[in-house]
Amino acid sequence: MAVKNLRRLRRGERRQQTDSGFPSTPTDVVEAVPIDDNDPLFTFLLATGGPIEVERINLESPALSEIRAQGVQLIVPLIAQGDLIGTLNLGRRLSDQPYSTDDRKLLAGLAGQVAPAIRVAQLVRQQEAEAKERERIDQELRVASLIQQTLLPKELPRLTGWDIEAYYQSARAVGGDFYDFIPLSGDRIGLVIGDVTDKGVPAALVMATTRTTLRGVAAHTDDPGEVLFRANNSLIPEIPPAMFVTCLYGVLNTETGELVYANAGHNLPYVRTASGVTELRARGMPLGLLPDMNYEVLTARVELGETMLLTSDGIVEAHSTDGEMFGFPRLQKLVAGHEGGPDLISAILDELHRFQGFDSEQEDDVTMVTVRRLSSALESATAFGDEPSSIARFTFPSASGNERKAMDAVADVAQGLGFAGERLERLKTAVSEATMNAIEHGNKGDPALLVEIDLLANAQKLLVRIRDQGGGKPIGAPVVPDIEAKLAGEQSPRGWGLFLIEQMVDAMRTSVDGHHHVIELEMSRGGN
Amino acid sequence: MPGTPFSATVRHEDGGSVIDLVGDIDRNAGDGLTAAYQEATLGRDQGSPVVLSFRDVDYINSTGIAVIVTLLAKARADGRSLRAWGLSPHYQEIFQITRLADFMTLFETEPQALAVS
Repeated sequence: MAVKNLRRLRRGERRQQTDSGFPSTPTDVVEAVPIDDNDPLFTFLLATGGPIEVERINLESPALSEIRAQGVQLIVPLIAQGDLIGTLNLGRRLSDQPYSTDDRKLLAGLAGQVAPAIRVAQLVRQQEAEAKERERIDQELRVASLIQQTLLPKELPRLTGWDIEAYYQSARAVGGDFYDFIPLSGDRIGLVIGDVTDKGVPAALVMATTRTTLRGVAAHTDDPGEVLFRANNSLIPEIPPAMFVTCLYGVLNTETGELVYANAGHNLPYVRTASGVTELRARGMPLGLLPDMNYEVLTARVELGETMLLTSDGIVEAHSTDGEMFGFPRLQKLVAGHEGGPDLISAILDELHRFQGFDSEQEDDVTMVTVRRLSSALESATAFGDEPSSIARFTFPSASGNERKAMDAVADVAQGLGFAGERLERLKTAVSEATMNAIEHGNKGDPALLVEIDLLANAQKLLVRIRDQGGGKPIGAPVVPDIEAKLAGEQSPRGWGLFLIEQMVDAMRTSVDGHHHVIELEMSRGGN
Repeated sequence: MPGTPFSATVRHEDGGSVIDLVGDIDRNAGDGLTAAYQEATLGRDQGSPVVLSFRDVDYINSTGIAVIVTLLAKARADGRSLRAWGLSPHYQEIFQITRLADFMTLFETEPQALAVS
């Protein structure tokens, strides 16, 4: 490693110390003569190690000829750590006397001291240059990443009946991935996903140009084929010859689910339907290569409950440590196995990280957009945002038996959110137990006091908050009942409630203030 | 949608006694269950098991679990085997979580519950 650097430096800097002997006669200073690595003089001086008269050297050497022509009489090699880092070239002495043994000793001693000092100076300069280069690259990456982040949508479109999610992670080198949502007239929205060949600032700039061009063109025509046709022609003069842009453009009617699309050589979108995963194929050349290209326009329909996935090639072209490619079949399988939205995105990322190995650096940008048509109005009311929003509220007087009414009321709402089977049963048991707790312990069975039940949901989870009018004394942490002690009559046979609740739900939280207890039950909406 | 009132009816079979449970099992089931157990074991020797049939039970809450624990404690004091069949998958899970199933063997069918000596 060190040797390689030294050699590169030697070639790059062509360093040679030259001196005529007396600084007071600067007119005698001669030009430095570079000595190439493979010049025989190089090896000769390294082997000689000390001052040597030019006339005693008998070599076929381009550098030596030049040195001779300059009238150099004595060469003093500067050697540090076994490497020739330069020479002192001396001409005739002003006295015209040959160099004495003492002169040569003095020069050899001088060379022995100067060479390491020069070497250190060289290393310092080299490190400074490398640090500067690293800084320059980092700066460029920051600029590229800034351009990209500035131009990617800040917010996802919120469309009734649809759940649109996007994920973007740049590689260290920052590729040219982009996606965009273009609001159009009526119930329509333009969907864009694209990828610029090349990386760094040039790719980011082309991405910016492409995005602006597409937005401009899409405002004037409804036909995706026409949009790509015009964008291609406008981009050709703007894009450097070695670069091009793959891009899919689709116009989605959010009322009917109809998607009209055209594709400029981008990865095919997948649609997860009830009967399997389909690809949306449409032919077309990437943008920026050839003028007047035509783009095939096709129509598909995204039905209720179906999900479309748009990706960049950073996913399918990712490599495992064995050099295997992630590939389309693996991606298609993931689409088939997940409903869409954040679930699908995190499943793809998990699989991608497993495949690549968790320690390896991401090769290319990874971009995903999922467009899911929700299967019910209730679902669309709860699909947006991270904060669960209120979807139902019930109150019950504190009378024995009302826990079953509460259980059935919550179950009805939960079924509308997709809860079924064993998980619905678990939720019912938890709600019944928590409500019974509120009726009997919090409200002491006083029918004048109400148990309040709030249901909140988002796309991921359902929260059920059950509140009584007790308060003051905190609800204790659930303990695992000791059934042996209970069977032996050493403990009350009761005391199962909190333990059961905690076992039934994904999470249980209790809180208390001066006037109320709240038990919050959390159930994830996946995994029925 | 209030619950179904609890009832417990005893049948004497060759392999043991069966208590047919109907309706909700909560604290209100305690007296009926105790009475049924007494009827089921009357005149049967200690080796004759008592089988609880949960086929017609849709709801069991924590107070019902306490009732079953009380009954199980009594059966153990008597040295008598208490068994169960007909639980839904959900309540089978609850019997596992509460470890009731460690002290009361669960069976898929009534003949299986009666066949084991």
